[in-house]
Amino acid sequence: MANPIKVHIQEADFDISGEIAALTQGRDDIGAVVSFIGICRGREADRPIAALVLEHYPEMAEAEITRHAETAFSRWPLTGLTVIHRHGRIAVGENIVLVLTASSHREAAFQAAEFLMDYLKTNAPFWKREESATGGAWVEARAEDDDATARWMKP
Amino acid sequence: MKIKYFAWVRERVGKAEETIEPPASVRTVGELIGWLSGLDEGYAHAFENPQVIRAAIDHAHVRPDVAIAGAREIALFPPMTGG
Repeated sequence: MANPIKVHIQEADFDISGEIAALTQGRDDIGAVVSFIGICRGREADRPIAALVLEHYPEMAEAEITRHAETAFSRWPLTGLTVIHRHGRIAVGENIVLVLTASSHREAAFQAAEFLMDYLKTNAPFWKREESATGGAWVEARAEDDDATARWMKP
Repeated sequence: MKIKYFAWVRERVGKAEETIEPPASVRTVGELIGWLSGLDEGYAHAFENPQVIRAAIDHAHVRPDVAIAGAREIALFPPMTGG
């Protein structure tokens, strides 16, 4: 059986159905796959934008996401998990991030996917810069994202 | 030790990385940020709000009170906006 955790940081786009097939192939114990795809919006804080340029910390990004993937594996009964995060210039409408979680039942898959996305937002070393007709600006972190991450912390 | 900067911290400092040897009195990440901000105007601008600066030592997140002794690589950056 292939490694049930796959984490990739890449500039290129990803093939969603191919990734789902890789996760489920040859297994009969999977009853649910949840997918989250983050997409580049055409507006950021009510201003039109042309693209996002994602800077990242290569030596840390994969290790940090893998740590959270392992935590998800230890907290929920998952059969497989895939995270692909893109960097570089991403035009409006293009994919930014893919999270796939597979499990025997849907509850674990839903919860683990949400947990991973909340942690990616606040802990994965990526920084978005907006590109627009008037120039560019760094996207500001949102307090709501910190709150979303905090709710997964054990008391 | 090697220091890396990202996003607007990198832009304000004016470089992506450098190797520095802070004085022995600089013991923690927070003290390192304070010491760097005294180097010149670019550093001062980058670290004008030290409470928003995030840090990693050897590729793992750390809080400002963590000691820097023995660190190979320290990264300083704004709050992350991935995902």
